[in-house]
Amino acid sequence: MASGSSIGVGGLFENAEVTTSGRPVLRRNEVECFLLSSVDLDSEDDPPRFTALKSGNLILTTHRLIWIPSQSNEAVPFFIPLSAITHIFSHKKSIKSMFHSPRIRFQADPGSVFVTIVFRGKGDFDGFLTKFWECWRGRAWEEEEKSESETSRSGAGTVAQGLYGNDGTVRMVGLAGILRKEQEQWESTDKSLQDAFQDLNALMSKAKEMVSLAEKMRQKLLSAPSSQNGSTDDEEMGSKEEMQQWMLSVGIISPVTKESAGALYHQELSRQLADFVRIRLEQAGGMISLTDMYYHFNRARGTELISPDDLWKACTLWEKVDVPVMLRKFDSGVMVIQNKSHSDEEVMSRIRMLVTKTETLRTGVTASDAALTLKIAPAMAKEHLLTAETKGLLCRDMSPDGLRFYFNLFPEIDPTNLHLVKDFGTYGEWVKATSLLAV
Amino acid sequence: MQKLADFKLPQFFNYPPYFTLQPVRDTREKQIQLWKELILDYCKTQKVFLIGVEEDFPLFSNSAIDRTLSHEARETFLSAIVGEGRAEWLDKGHRKCLILWHRIQDWADIILHFVRENGLEDSVMTVEEIRSGTESHGTELQGIDRTILMRALKLLENKGKLALFKGTSADDEGVKFSV
Repeated sequence: MASGSSIGVGGLFENAEVTTSGRPVLRRNEVECFLLSSVDLDSEDDPPRFTALKSGNLILTTHRLIWIPSQSNEAVPFFIPLSAITHIFSHKKSIKSMFHSPRIRFQADPGSVFVTIVFRGKGDFDGFLTKFWECWRGRAWEEEEKSESETSRSGAGTVAQGLYGNDGTVRMVGLAGILRKEQEQWESTDKSLQDAFQDLNALMSKAKEMVSLAEKMRQKLLSAPSSQNGSTDDEEMGSKEEMQQWMLSVGIISPVTKESAGALYHQELSRQLADFVRIRLEQAGGMISLTDMYYHFNRARGTELISPDDLWKACTLWEKVDVPVMLRKFDSGVMVIQNKSHSDEEVMSRIRMLVTKTETLRTGVTASDAALTLKIAPAMAKEHLLTAETKGLLCRDMSPDGLRFYFNLFPEIDPTNLHLVKDFGTYGEWVKATSLLAV
Repeated sequence: MQKLADFKLPQFFNYPPYFTLQPVRDTREKQIQLWKELILDYCKTQKVFLIGVEEDFPLFSNSAIDRTLSHEARETFLSAIVGEGRAEWLDKGHRKCLILWHRIQDWADIILHFVRENGLEDSVMTVEEIRSGTESHGTELQGIDRTILMRALKLLENKGKLALFKGTSADDEGVKFSV
């Protein structure tokens, strides 16, 4: 959570939490709605009641207005909760406004501060204003409070006993009750099915519910260990973390869409992707193919699917933004995502371990053997083996059975004495390994 | 130890990658070098002068590990030997390769040594006698390839060490030494 520090007027701006790749960390049920670049936040009052925030990205969510500086090292990201906004002024169309950069004014508590949003770049300001109104009036933050109080009330309700239910209706008992309950359940299932398929919007909202359910469970898991400080059971923590990761992988709560981000779409997508791939990369051993990532990412997005081309564009943008992952293209044309810190040397040493075992010295390895040992996809394993071959660590054996890789013994063999086998060295070990079989 | 006739094969003959032409440059160079040495070594001890690329040359396959050299690999290894001056292609299609584990100059020296050893400095011999006569029995000249022998003799003729002349029969030639 953001710390409560503020600039200028007490409590108006709060520090916003962002990910390492510069995407805002959204709260429970918070959905990103609009994004604009080159935005200033100025104080309307005279004298100014806060230091103006110059040229940043403005992100509108269902709960907050987040301002993130475009150069991350210059300023800190801030946000204003929409609940603090008391009034949004519609902009006056005048001759003067035609020459000015478009601007929107609003008033916010505490202190009834007037804030002007100045759009210096290109973008859909009218669209932003509409969404701004929509989100502000939507009062998503209130819904949350309501649902919280509801759950506490229904929890108390289960205690109700007797012939009447706590809502006043007659409680059905016996066979009739069971049948009635069955019927009710069937009807409600039918209704929710109908609701879901009514139109795409309804389907979308159902999907959002699913995602919010997952998010809720995640939050519960997160809050659980902090409530009981004593429990530091490693195993329990491990399973919880696993559960959390699983939850996260179920869905990205607020996918960056072309609609919400506009021209900044690929850039924001690239940041979101960078955040998303990190967990995947850890699981996949530091490298994952672009095709696999496409599958995982779209599965997490649920309904707002992206095209392969968008994914590729988002990955290529990583060069320009400061993120800890990178896109890499192998000589064969296969493209993968890897951690910047990921080193080939580590993979090479693992391959060396694999091929110098007594058994594999004699038989060599296939791409699928390596995939099993390195716990990566066979296509990736093959790339690693080919890299190891290029480096002279391995050499190949083409036979009707397919392609196998062996530890490269050629450098150890003395061409001036073909029969010489030194006692030490891998060549000697190989001779031993093969002669064991002959006996 | 695995053997072809009475030839002792090196350990790496059972190393499967030895039979696949390696794509990586450094590895391939080392592989070619090892093949070059093995082929020359084999030809020298087994007195093989001619290798047909498409024929069953004993070294080109290893039944123990079920590996055979591809045509491309065979030609690559033989061409490497040719490049070193230790062999010659006999045709443009690179199908037959003459192996010179001794260069022609070395063969000429061996002939001179043979002549002196046997006191043949001013004698006359037929070419066939040099290859299979009693004097050459047990020497390196026994069973020497005719093409190689003729080239060595021509080299010596140019140096004035001998004279070649047509014999009575069409398929044999005589040599008059004048060392």
